[in-house]
Amino acid sequence: MTSRFDIAVIGGGVVGLAILRRFAMAGLKCLLLEKGADILSGASKGNSALLHTGFDCDPKSLEAQCVKAGYSEYLEIHGKLNLPVLETSGMVVAWTEEEQAKTPGILAKAHANGILDARLLSQAELRQREPNLAPTALGAVLVPGENVMDPWSAPLAYACQALAHGAVITRKADVNAAERKLDAWRLTTASGTFEAALVINAAGLFGDHVEALVRPAPFTIKPRKGQFVVFDKPASKLVKSIILPVPTKRTKGVVLFPSIFGNLVIGPTAEETQERQNGSCDTATLEKLKSRAIEMAPGLAGVGINAIYAGLRPATEHQDYVIEALADRNWITVAGIRSTGLTGSLGIAQHVEALYAKHFGKLPRKKPAPQWTPVPNLAEHLPRPYQKGGDIICHCEWVTRREIAKALSGPLPAGDLSGLKRRTRAMMGRCQGFNCGAEVRTMFDEAQHGKP
Amino acid sequence: MESHDVVVVGGGPAGLAVATRLRQRGITDVVVLEREAEAGGVPRHCGHWGFGWESHRRLMSGPDYAARLRADAAGIDIRTRTAVLSLEAENTLRIQNADGVSKLKARQIVLATGARESSRAARLIGGVRNACIMNTGTLQQLVYLKHAKPFHRPVILGGEWVSFSALMTCHHAGIRPVAMIVEEPKIDAPWFFPLGARLRYGVPVHTATRLVSILGAGTVVAVEIESQGQRRKIICDGVIVSGKFVSEDTLLKGATSPTPTLAGNMQSPLKTAGRCVAEARRIADAVAEGLS
Repeated sequence: MTSRFDIAVIGGGVVGLAILRRFAMAGLKCLLLEKGADILSGASKGNSALLHTGFDCDPKSLEAQCVKAGYSEYLEIHGKLNLPVLETSGMVVAWTEEEQAKTPGILAKAHANGILDARLLSQAELRQREPNLAPTALGAVLVPGENVMDPWSAPLAYACQALAHGAVITRKADVNAAERKLDAWRLTTASGTFEAALVINAAGLFGDHVEALVRPAPFTIKPRKGQFVVFDKPASKLVKSIILPVPTKRTKGVVLFPSIFGNLVIGPTAEETQERQNGSCDTATLEKLKSRAIEMAPGLAGVGINAIYAGLRPATEHQDYVIEALADRNWITVAGIRSTGLTGSLGIAQHVEALYAKHFGKLPRKKPAPQWTPVPNLAEHLPRPYQKGGDIICHCEWVTRREIAKALSGPLPAGDLSGLKRRTRAMMGRCQGFNCGAEVRTMFDEAQHGKP
Repeated sequence: MESHDVVVVGGGPAGLAVATRLRQRGITDVVVLEREAEAGGVPRHCGHWGFGWESHRRLMSGPDYAARLRADAAGIDIRTRTAVLSLEAENTLRIQNADGVSKLKARQIVLATGARESSRAARLIGGVRNACIMNTGTLQQLVYLKHAKPFHRPVILGGEWVSFSALMTCHHAGIRPVAMIVEEPKIDAPWFFPLGARLRYGVPVHTATRLVSILGAGTVVAVEIESQGQRRKIICDGVIVSGKFVSEDTLLKGATSPTPTLAGNMQSPLKTAGRCVAEARRIADAVAEGLS
């Protein structure tokens, strides 16, 4: 099958989907090719889910620009897409005198980034806001705009909105050849051949491999693994804010943060790894994370662990994002979106659109009327479908049969069991599917293969 | 607000036995709330024999035992597909069913919410995450209720009664486990169980052996184990994470006083269904006396 598109985005992570959404809404005929069985199968499946102000970015970086732009656009559109924001605020907490000495510098950087409401908190103020933190916390930089979002519903909403604007998303479409024809790229994938005038490489953890289709990649993906431990819901009563550490040069460090689903999470680690998919956890690291969380908030000692996961961040040898238009090749590279991609994605999409307009011209003069595609709410602090009745299948996360059925149908049904879990929360709670696993799997299998 | 003498949360062996006994004691205003489509609890999906001796002096299969307990409770107001969301002040339960969320009041609440095996995540077991890693409870539902076969050659982690129940479940489904891995130096089940595992099912039982990591990517391909400082791999295509039961105590943890009465595995995990039933009868007696 050969179809002709204006733009083909390679990679169905949050960055690729935000770009797809942007161009589809601009009226271009867009295609997205995703290697996995579902969207968000790579770097985007495991992150910290923070809606990040960019207060600690290098103020002159492209990353800072994209994160800030992404942050404002998210706040502008989240209501129309029914995407939640949990207003937690963030605090960079100093646990030692040495760290305390660094807090004025962190504040100055936040101010330089235009985050003017950031301010220092004394030990007393910190204790008042977070009484369950260990008394060794000396003070903090408060960043009121640091909030929490839904890491999977947001990109899903971007995907759905792109689809509503006529975009095509093809999964299980690993691109294995790209051939430059006269006026178009011809992409050969596991799911057919596609033609597009322009290719956007948003292949995340495989960005350098995809880049090699057009040129020797000027960057290498050096995956950085982050492991996380998720505490059960009672933990969210203990800590209300995002507790960030004073960063080192290499990493932002381990964060203790509320999730939008009502948990408290600690992570990520920052480990160099060869793994590019299915990041694995190890017991020793998980135990260290758990102890660190208990050190920070001793009350966590009595709370159960619901989940563990590892995310892989597509870091490169460059500190900043690598976003580049190859004007003579009809190709845009979007790589090295390491840890701020969830917030940055909408801003990255704006930046890529500007690059497109500059180098490739032709954005349609008249934009189609925007179609808004609200997604089901999964946030704990907002109304959920079970409250209106229905047959609850997952009792830990209170997911109804109707929600699961809905996630298995529609324009972008869950492509695998993990995708179904991300779309509904089923099997994601304290029992990890002990109770509902068989039912959820059966519903998924029946949707895949038809009723037995 | 709707109000009853006793509301029992959970329609498994303990909950049904409490309600049945209360009725025998003349307390008839009893409601059992069960979140599943059918009462009976875990025995419903334990397709093998071994149930009923302690309470009914008869050996039955799990489903037969569940049916027997339901028959004993016939006529009692059992509300299935009814979930309890939280326990609130003044013995009020916030419940959910097809119609939405509502409240129910009771003079006495009995929590018989059972127990679950602790998950792979809760045990902080390293390696990949994968759909072929599951508890015995999930496997049994898949095998006995859904007639599915999620893997062919898994390892079984654990050496408790339930671990051998997992073995029998595998056998029933034509699944051939490659090994049982028991972290403790001794198994926590009768001495002849591992002998049976080896002789009857050809499955070696490795005690004092730790599961280090689950290897694979999209599928499970092996586990790495450690015994006496030596690490080695066992090729397999799934992991059954069995045992290490914990109480389903979420409601209790969030409850405000007065404290509900606890019954069954909720009260202390790792009892057989029959033992839960036998104990539940005594608990019901105490509840009955408290009410009169």
